[in-house]
Amino acid sequence: MTSPYRKLADSSQGLIDRSIFSDETLYRQEMQQIFGHAWLFVGHVGQIPQPFDYITSRMGESSVIVSRDGDGQIHVMLNICRHRGMKVCRYDSGNARSFTCPYHAWSYSVDSKLVARAGDLFGVPGYEENYAGILDKSEWGLQRAKVEIYKGTIWATWDHEAPDLLTYLGDMVHYLDSALHHRDGSDTESEVFVGVQKWRVPCNWKIGSENFMGDYYHDVSHRSVDLANIGPGGASRRDNRETSMHRSTSVCFRGLGHALVGTLPHFEEPEYLPKYPDNPVAMAYDREVYERRVKNLGSGMRVITQAGAVFPNFAFHGMQPRTLVVFHPVSPDEMEMWRIYLIDSDVPEELRELLRRFYLRYSGPAGMTESDDVENWVHAHHSSKNPVAQGVPYNYQIGLGRTKPVEGLQDAIDGGLVTEENVRNFYDRWADFLEGTPWESPALRATQGGGD
Amino acid sequence: MAHRDRVMLAADIAEFFYQEADLLDERRFEEWLGVFTEDVQYFMPLARNMRHDEIGAEFTSDKEIAWFEEGLVTLQQRVKQLATGVHWIEEPLSRVSHLITNVRVLSDETCALGREVRTSARILVYQNRNETETVLLAGKRLDTVRETTDGWRVCRREVRLDQNVLMAKALTTFF
Repeated sequence: MTSPYRKLADSSQGLIDRSIFSDETLYRQEMQQIFGHAWLFVGHVGQIPQPFDYITSRMGESSVIVSRDGDGQIHVMLNICRHRGMKVCRYDSGNARSFTCPYHAWSYSVDSKLVARAGDLFGVPGYEENYAGILDKSEWGLQRAKVEIYKGTIWATWDHEAPDLLTYLGDMVHYLDSALHHRDGSDTESEVFVGVQKWRVPCNWKIGSENFMGDYYHDVSHRSVDLANIGPGGASRRDNRETSMHRSTSVCFRGLGHALVGTLPHFEEPEYLPKYPDNPVAMAYDREVYERRVKNLGSGMRVITQAGAVFPNFAFHGMQPRTLVVFHPVSPDEMEMWRIYLIDSDVPEELRELLRRFYLRYSGPAGMTESDDVENWVHAHHSSKNPVAQGVPYNYQIGLGRTKPVEGLQDAIDGGLVTEENVRNFYDRWADFLEGTPWESPALRATQGGGD
Repeated sequence: MAHRDRVMLAADIAEFFYQEADLLDERRFEEWLGVFTEDVQYFMPLARNMRHDEIGAEFTSDKEIAWFEEGLVTLQQRVKQLATGVHWIEEPLSRVSHLITNVRVLSDETCALGREVRTSARILVYQNRNETETVLLAGKRLDTVRETTDGWRVCRREVRLDQNVLMAKALTTFF
């Protein structure tokens, strides 16, 4: 029998019921079934480089503390005091061995000299006289998530039975690598610029994921920015040297929900085309990086990602601008977007500045590209609540039935450049989670050592 | 500088800011670009929740991530984008009022590029988009204005919004 979720998001017909964006009950189910189980991106190791550095991040609606302990291990803990629920940390970032609740001063530590496990309860005012032996501190630590680090990115899940992160990512990892790796093709960790852009957008969180997983059809949204020539080298929107040499297409991963617009696997670098004609320093470095890339990658497999999304709410740009974004749900009708930006650590200062400024005029709430997206998302979201339109589905039919497997990548489907296959596939995965059987997907098989 | 001279100077520069606000609120964006010097730095940092003894790092600095970091060329690009008629976040155009107050002179010095006056002010920016959408943003503005043969010109502007998580879906208004 077809579950109610697959009736609401009918990928075989390309029809999506608008209630999935606005229904409060479905939203609550998403918070439990998706955000309580899926691997979620929570930050980058570059945000907490030193022992006891921490940031506060989010997993769905939940505030979490992402902390590095004295041995360099990273822990993710629910930012809620086990005693009576106050947030134990209200700073965006800092350095601390312990977190003391401002309400009744229960304190929790990540220092192995003080506690057995990071996040354990350490200090309780009046422990002897008030609790007189009835409180076992080891049972009252902060709730902990399962954590994995992948090439600098930090991921966490509340489901301790979840498969490991590489299994969860499947062959999408190659596309993620294209964003995380050095531009020279090596897996040298990127630097993250200081500062997280955080802003509220009054639309459902899934609309953000849809947009970045490869909705090339919405390119018309960005006509105004293409007319303004904002690319770092003076080109229209970006300087897409790489994709001008390879055919771009949309790829999604069956049974995983991840998707992107980028290239199919290829085995050699395109010919060098200069990217920064007006800047000798940037041009020389770019040329040198190209030569290193040819050498590092040899005849190995490589892909290019323009934009991609990992189920459920993480997305990235692989080339320009190099940025990672999360769509945190706030309510059915609102999300909070968080953006960070990456750069190779050996980029000359001049180019670093050129790119940083380009990132800021492209992305974020003041981004000349991103701003046009949110106007569309907000009004589209509002229509999901329209009483006259209830029961009238949205149309996700582009490219229906026109798919082929991608050679060399497990469970990967090529839908062609302009298609809604990626989004239909996302909703199949959405239904897997809501049905409560996300880990039964046949696509969750161990990969052969990730993206190297 | 004598107190009276400082107050007169502040009033003179405030008048310049009010004229600028009129250009923005009357959507005379091309003319608005004329209030800046060629070398203008236009910067709006992020505000972070920091512990009391680290509050000096509340705002992101130069070379870090900001809401805006512009020069004259990119401000021109933004004005060009507004003029395309297909910049959906400002099509139709928002209704915006810029209120500027508490204008004070911090310093008045002459450097190689001419006389430069550092000022501080408060801003309150109200925006109505489409039908009922409204955004209200308040903050501090630190401007350096340079005296030119055509009058005052802004050569550096730092806008410190009183927002951590920005409660606006986009920033398409100038400050």
